[in-house]
Amino acid sequence: LSATPEIPKEDGRPKWDNKFQYILSCIGFAVGLGNVWRFPYLCQIHGGGAFLIPYFIALLFEGIPLLHLELALGQCLRKGSIGAWNTISPYMGGVGVGSWMVSILVSLYYNTVLTWVMWYFINSFQEPLPWSVCPLNENRTGFNEECYESTSVNYFWYRKTLNITPDIAESGTLQWWLILCLATCWAIVYLCTIRGIETTGKAIYVTAIFPYLVLTIFLIQGLTLPGATDGLIYLFTPNLNTLKNPRVWLDAATQIFFSLSLAFGGLIAFASYNPTKNDCEKDAVTVALVNSMTSLYASIPVFSVLGFKATTAYWDCLDRNIISIINEFDLPEESIMRQNYTSWISFLNSSYPEKIAGLKLKSCDLQEFLDQSVSGTGLAFIVFTQAIILMPGSQAWAILFFIMLFSLGLSSMFGNIEGVFTPLLELRIIPKSAPKELLSGIICLISFLIALCFTLGSGSYWIDIFDRYAASVPLLVVAFFEVIGVVYIYKIKRFSKDVEWMTGRKLSLYWQITWRFISPLLLLIVFMAFVTLQMQKSPSYTAWNPKYEGFPMKEEKVYPPWVQAICVLLAALPCVCIPLVALFHLVKQKRRSKDPSFVPPEVFSCQGANS
Amino acid sequence: MLRALLFMLSVVAIAHAELCKPDAQNAFKVRISIKRALGDNAYAWDANEEYLFKAMVAFAMRRYSSKSTTQISNVLLCNVTDRVSFWFVVTDSSKNVTTVPGSEVEAAIRMNRNRINSAFLLSDKTLQFLKITSTLSPPVEPSTPVWLIVFGVVLCLIVAGIVFLIVSGIQKHKKKNKESTERENLEEKVEVTLENGIPCEALDLKAGHINGVFAADDERFTPL
Repeated sequence: LSATPEIPKEDGRPKWDNKFQYILSCIGFAVGLGNVWRFPYLCQIHGGGAFLIPYFIALLFEGIPLLHLELALGQCLRKGSIGAWNTISPYMGGVGVGSWMVSILVSLYYNTVLTWVMWYFINSFQEPLPWSVCPLNENRTGFNEECYESTSVNYFWYRKTLNITPDIAESGTLQWWLILCLATCWAIVYLCTIRGIETTGKAIYVTAIFPYLVLTIFLIQGLTLPGATDGLIYLFTPNLNTLKNPRVWLDAATQIFFSLSLAFGGLIAFASYNPTKNDCEKDAVTVALVNSMTSLYASIPVFSVLGFKATTAYWDCLDRNIISIINEFDLPEESIMRQNYTSWISFLNSSYPEKIAGLKLKSCDLQEFLDQSVSGTGLAFIVFTQAIILMPGSQAWAILFFIMLFSLGLSSMFGNIEGVFTPLLELRIIPKSAPKELLSGIICLISFLIALCFTLGSGSYWIDIFDRYAASVPLLVVAFFEVIGVVYIYKIKRFSKDVEWMTGRKLSLYWQITWRFISPLLLLIVFMAFVTLQMQKSPSYTAWNPKYEGFPMKEEKVYPPWVQAICVLLAALPCVCIPLVALFHLVKQKRRSKDPSFVPPEVFSCQGANS
Repeated sequence: MLRALLFMLSVVAIAHAELCKPDAQNAFKVRISIKRALGDNAYAWDANEEYLFKAMVAFAMRRYSSKSTTQISNVLLCNVTDRVSFWFVVTDSSKNVTTVPGSEVEAAIRMNRNRINSAFLLSDKTLQFLKITSTLSPPVEPSTPVWLIVFGVVLCLIVAGIVFLIVSGIQKHKKKNKESTERENLEEKVEVTLENGIPCEALDLKAGHINGVFAADDERFTPL
């Protein structure tokens, strides 16, 4: 009798439809908003092309080894971060819990950034674009004061989008339009992650490939804009003197680390759905190189557009000066053009110095406009939106730009959510009979409710805090313990054998050296330097306060003590899990060793579990 | 007679010069930027354009005060520069050698700003009355903000997607359950029909068993 079918060797674990989906998911997770709005900024302030030297050194000695480690770990152990670290050693379970916590914290605030992108996206369908004009004041004699003193772009961002409060202690009210967008964003995340990698694997084809298309379109468009070459020359001209500043090396190391999304647990989760006989070494090198190439590729259109914006601002400055001079001296129109401006100015200055002084002309310097460097949300929502207004066909460019940002962020969200979802699935929080859709629904709903805090008036200040404290120090700590745990607790010889079994070839010396010595040392140095630098800076922030004397400059304020306590909590909570879990197991072990019927758990091996 | 006439003319000229000069009382400065507004289609500012300007101001005064006493000759222009900018005053023909109060002129110009602008193919920015502020037109706002419409579309698509995925997931789940229960039933049936360790199927299928012992003894019987 042979009625029952043969039981498959697999453990019923979901798997990728094909290898391309897996690689694309890893790339999508690594390539995120930081590739567009942080890397070009770092290039700009750290000496242009010279920054690539510390960047590639950090990639070689920190980025690629750590990435390979995580992918190999997930693939071998076939479990999410918490399960994987519990398998390596119950004392290391805290590392998994720590990275799980960081994934939760980052998911919360990252989706709120996507909310802002979505808000700008749905506002891009108007003619004229809402951030290009200032609204009128009440009696219609002039423009709204706050808008007039700063710019319409600033006004739309700080008032119409964030409705920001002048101080972090003032929470303000919940902004209903942001709540609607937040709900939509979490609904999109739920739609894509509803059945884990089964659905994200399909969605990633769009969200990972689309940004490259848009970047190419922007590249072509950007290079045709006037002033683009100025921007590019400015960006890429290497200034090797900056390499003497240790800050540059630190920024390169941290940029590589955060850009590759290491230590979130998401990469371990992705790799755990792979068949064990998969070349994780090639995958790691591929993902890391694609991520760095994308950063470089993205900086070209970004800097073309910034060069265009600087040139336009410079021309505007000149034009305004020319109009004032023409009006004052009643000269015919078009007598002074941009080209002969300097000769006219010197002539008039010698003949009528008091009149010229009375005009209060601003000095127009193209270099100065190019030097205005911005990173982060300021780049996307203020600088870039201003540049888009100046381009012909602004609606189309705005729509393309914001869809691109949304795809970039969404594919990173998939990794974050997977880092939360997979360990919970393995911990059997919900009974096995309950569908996966329920667990992902619960995660998305709870996250949405907590993230409502970020839609308050002071929300963006809180997001800065989360970004600075929750997504920086804990990741470095977790990564350090990851390397130490694999190399010295799981033992590098064992791990080498596992990796050899998976890839089919011997582990090269490069991996041995970097895993054993270079990467942990580098991580330790980066961690120390990072913490020292953070401690040196007083915990302050810049607030948008219309009543400030220096408005439209932002006001520098210090965090109140209760906020500082929260910052410390955010940074310390994931880190503290590591010793706590180890301690918990130590106590359990001591109690168990007194029990005579206690059998020590068998030693785990990659090959043993799957042969 | 001729001398009296000459004297009158010179008085009038001097009076005009007194009335219309930069920063005079009730005088307004106008600044025109034709090249900025029209680019290549710019026309030159000459005496004909000045005549049109005087006519427009007179028209504005007439419309505002609804008494047809203001004539083109009441509008005086002076200090025309290359920029193009000049000063103008409106004199009152009923009262001798006085100018119409600035507030009246301002109100009249304000009321008819559009007409004056269109006569010269210019706008508020390129035909500037330096002391007269213009009321800015509010931006056109549709009754429902556009972003709400786009938002509604996006949300509907997403909800449709979620519902579709959940429903298909439930259907797959039910089908899997049905299949697994069918398989269980099949196994049960097979178990029930097991008697004496011999599956009844085997007994049913074959018509009968040939007993090897007896079959071999067939040979003992001699054929007839």
